Amino acid sequence: MSSTTQTTTRRDVLGASALRPDGAAKVQGRFEFSSDLHAENMLWGATLRSPHPYARLVSIDLSAAYKIVGVVAIITAEDVPGKKTYGLISSDQPVFAQDFVRYVGEPIAAVAADHPETCRRALAAIKVEYEVLSPLTDAELAIQPATPPIHPDGNVIRRQQIITGDQDLQGEIIVEGTYEIGMQDQAFLGLEAALALPDSDGKGIEMHVATQWLHEDQKQIAACLDLPAERIRLTLGGVGGAFGAREDISLQVHCALLALRTSRPIKMQYSREESFYGHVHRHPAKIFIRHHAKRNGEIQRIEAKMVFDGGAYASTSSAVLINGVTHIQGPYRCPNATVVGYAVRTNNPPCGAMRGFGVVQACYAHESQMDKLAAACGLSPVEIRLRNAMVTGDKLITGQVIESVAPVARCIRETDAIALPAPLAKTAHPLEIVGGSGLTSLPHNIVRGIGWGVSIKNLMYSEKFDDFATARCQLKDGVATLKYATVEVGQGFVVLAPQIARSVLGVDEVVLDTVDTGIGSAGSTSASRQTWMSGGAVDGACRLVRQRLFEHVGKKYNIDPLRLVIEDTDVVDMIGDFRISVIEASTGVLIDETFEHHHRPTEELDENGQGNCHVAFAFVAHRAVVDVDVELGLVKVIQIATAQDVGRVLNPIAALGQIEGGIAQGLGLAVMEEIVLDKGKMRNPSFTDYLLPTALDAPSVVAVMIEEPEPQAPLGAKGIGEPPCISVTPAIAAAIRNATGRELPRVPVRPQDICF
Amino acid sequence: MSVLVPRTLQDALQATAANPSAQLIQGGTDLMVEINFNHRKPTDVIALRRVDELKSVNIDIKNSQITIGAGLPYQQMEHGEIALHLPALAQAARTVGSPQIRSAGSIGGNLGTCSPAGDALPVLSALNATVNLQSADSSRAISIHDFMVGVKRNARMPGEIIVSTTLPIVSGWQGYSKVGVRNAMVISVASCCLVVDRINGTIAVALGAVGPTIIRCRETESWLAAQVDLKAKTTVSPNLLQEFGDRIATESKPIDDHRSTAAYRRHAVAVLARRMLTRANAQ
Ligand SMILES: Cc1cc2nc3c(=O)[nH]c(=O)nc-3n(C[C@H](O)[C@H](O)[C@H](O)COP(=O)(O)OP(=O)(O)OC[C@H]3O[C@@H](n4cnc5c(N)ncnc54)[C@H](O)[C@@H]3O)c2cc1C
Repeated sequence: MSSTTQTTTRRDVLGASALRPDGAAKVQGRFEFSSDLHAENMLWGATLRSPHPYARLVSIDLSAAYKIVGVVAIITAEDVPGKKTYGLISSDQPVFAQDFVRYVGEPIAAVAADHPETCRRALAAIKVEYEVLSPLTDAELAIQPATPPIHPDGNVIRRQQIITGDQDLQGEIIVEGTYEIGMQDQAFLGLEAALALPDSDGKGIEMHVATQWLHEDQKQIAACLDLPAERIRLTLGGVGGAFGAREDISLQVHCALLALRTSRPIKMQYSREESFYGHVHRHPAKIFIRHHAKRNGEIQRIEAKMVFDGGAYASTSSAVLINGVTHIQGPYRCPNATVVGYAVRTNNPPCGAMRGFGVVQACYAHESQMDKLAAACGLSPVEIRLRNAMVTGDKLITGQVIESVAPVARCIRETDAIALPAPLAKTAHPLEIVGGSGLTSLPHNIVRGIGWGVSIKNLMYSEKFDDFATARCQLKDGVATLKYATVEVGQGFVVLAPQIARSVLGVDEVVLDTVDTGIGSAGSTSASRQTWMSGGAVDGACRLVRQRLFEHVGKKYNIDPLRLVIEDTDVVDMIGDFRISVIEASTGVLIDETFEHHHRPTEELDENGQGNCHVAFAFVAHRAVVDVDVELGLVKVIQIATAQDVGRVLNPIAALGQIEGGIAQGLGLAVMEEIVLDKGKMRNPSFTDYLLPTALDAPSVVAVMIEEPEPQAPLGAKGIGEPPCISVTPAIAAAIRNATGRELPRVPVRPQDICF
Repeated sequence: MSVLVPRTLQDALQATAANPSAQLIQGGTDLMVEINFNHRKPTDVIALRRVDELKSVNIDIKNSQITIGAGLPYQQMEHGEIALHLPALAQAARTVGSPQIRSAGSIGGNLGTCSPAGDALPVLSALNATVNLQSADSSRAISIHDFMVGVKRNARMPGEIIVSTTLPIVSGWQGYSKVGVRNAMVISVASCCLVVDRINGTIAVALGAVGPTIIRCRETESWLAAQVDLKAKTTVSPNLLQEFGDRIATESKPIDDHRSTAAYRRHAVAVLARRMLTRANAQ
């Protein structure tokens, strides 16, 4: 069984490049991922999925499957004791299909058997009769009132408009375009896996699972099982990446149901192919946008229509939509707006959270427009952006005033100041040239291009949601023990939390307790929020403990606790010469405090899209340099220069890791990563054909961290997880445009989009 | 499921004779994928990895030919003597997968799978390689052109093991280029091998991933040989170069699929062939 208790003893306080405690184990293959979980006497679970994008379920015949030796249980919708559906914002996704299947891969039944191979044979032996229906796969068609709904709740998951200012204003300069974004997959490497252990009374479950938010899973599982939440105890299994794809339930409910049904531990784990079917993806989107500007480039009004294809079930589509429409102005002032957005249901695979969450789509559209506007006004890409860059105190199209630190112009200028890479040498090694090991191109086939992207991203959850975080700190004998339910998906909270404790408490040794539901929620590891939210909670708990320690020391040594401070690893009297080590001060006492961090409240948007719906914002600029073989349409990204508004750097090496990783993911969307759909069916659900950037595709990254501490943030640090992957995509697309002169209104940019 | 691990070719041949339908495995980089996807469920497997004879290399300068064991991993073709004499094969080997795949995958497996996207195959085709097959009681050598019979179909008979392939050492420029949507570790969208034989004044062009099997562009080859003297180092005029590519494109038979479009593939092989002909004449 996994125990995630970790001890770190390095004197790494905030600001140090502290190393991850799990880093070496991951590199050496010793880290226990969820797929490595194992229990005595366990059975394997597997899921039967729909091969059709849209069909009526006529009948399910389990008799042949039950005859297979080794099959212990088969469950379908009938066997769900509680709520038959789940979902993050609206609960519309069936645990198992009941009357209809609405996407390829929709679960129909689950099997428990003695071996994965037995499971596979059992799934093949289940006879399902379908009445195949014609799938709705066009999101724009789905909006039309005449289109029959594919779901009782209708096809439009949410419509939101933003209407502000002069609705008739026409600019001296008008530029417009229609932009499309393909369906990206989070493609985390650690596949979905869970181990469920039934309680002996059959009325509870212990589950070890790779997820992003233990308490939300707990709530949804409990509702489907019709059990009290406290009987569903979740422990975090080792997570190998998430990027939004683990925010929704995948195999959790199936695994728990099978464990209760069989009274045996159940292990479930997806293959790569099943993973493509088993989790939500990034929303493909189509965005029409028109900018009105003065001749000098000053933006006066935007008009936009945004359509997000949510696929068969809602997931977080409504929140993704809100992010899309509220960020469509980009990090630029814009007094007047006429914006409407739709998130719709189709028979495509369900879409939900992915790093950037609706802003990626908006950013590709507004940044493509900024270059068009620059060209129309005779300005450089840098100049047009500087002229319109927003500052703290500016009002967004929602009426919300930007209270965050907003160093947009500084991000642009500092990025611009980064040296460009050397031109491609005539003698360059073949692997440095476009086409790489394919040896397609020589230096004279190549044109270099430069492009820009700048973005604004909201941090934390929006629209009235109180996504608080809880942490507990215990201090005893100089050792701090931290407990929280904050999921580590790679972002680095495992290294940050001890840094906070060391800084606040002056301890060296910090023990991280198991991450489970034995404490209050930490909220989701998403929305660039954990450093701010759980960091704030750990900081708050440690400060409470420190207060108590000072009181204890004050009493014992007769000093006013208000005079005490922590200096390095000592408790020190600011005024007198009293000094005692934290170890000595805390010997023989146990101080135990829990703290909940809440961000400031937000509001819902009204029918005109007005309201203070977001908590805070972060900004970043990217400049891409690409080499393009124009004749073959092949691209190699050479350099990404970036300056990111991070508030404060808490761990330089970890911050750079987030920036480099985000850039690779944004590069993927720009030039290769796409789930190719054909009438609702995925054509490439494997890493053979869903291409991720390799080391040869990764550019050199030159990053500048803009440190202007954010007053609202507990540690002064803004979330940095999402911004790196947002404006890098349009920057790369713009660089390809710059090299080729093509319009390229769609990402990923494919070779045939360039050369024809 | 049984797995036999013979240590000699003789033992391997005995094993296939005893069980002609047994599944052979060399590097496993194709077969294990098929097994994982349940496309194939072998009951008996004969593993060839321990058979050293299948990894032998025989460089026969006198007869201007090289015989490469069917089990030699690609990684050993990237550099050294093989690369010196067969640069196109070295380049093709370098484009295969990742370092891990190249230290396991083999020409024998590429031939066994016979995918139109197999990277060694256009080189074998352009060089008119011979495939050497052996069974317990007989052996035969057949032309690569007769060996590849269709999409993922070849002329190997049950009980036969591909022991090696024999390739001529040709005097003149040769190369292999492959288009993929990523700079490494990618399945071919379109590829081309071009070999100039300066002694005989001929050219060979073979295309990958643009037809059910590897395509040799024989009409274009003889057309070009009639236009220019391939024995000499000539510069090909822009018009001729353009037509050369156009003719190559016409001989290709690509399809639309999730990796690319037929139109792009046709375009890509034309561009690759033109560039390689230019490079050949620059040498
Ligand atoms: C990640 C990855 C990337 C890849 N990238 C590429 C690529 O870029 N280019 C490319 O061309 N291929 C690629 N492949 C496919 C594969 O690596 C090659 O086709 C390789 O040549 C297969 O060789 P192997 O020895 O591993 O074959 P195996 O998998 O062992 O065998 C393949 C088939 O050939 C038969 N076979 C093998 N040896 C013999 C023999 N001596 N006699 C008779 N039959 C035999 C087997 O029975 C089987 O049917 C990739 C595969 C993977 C997993």
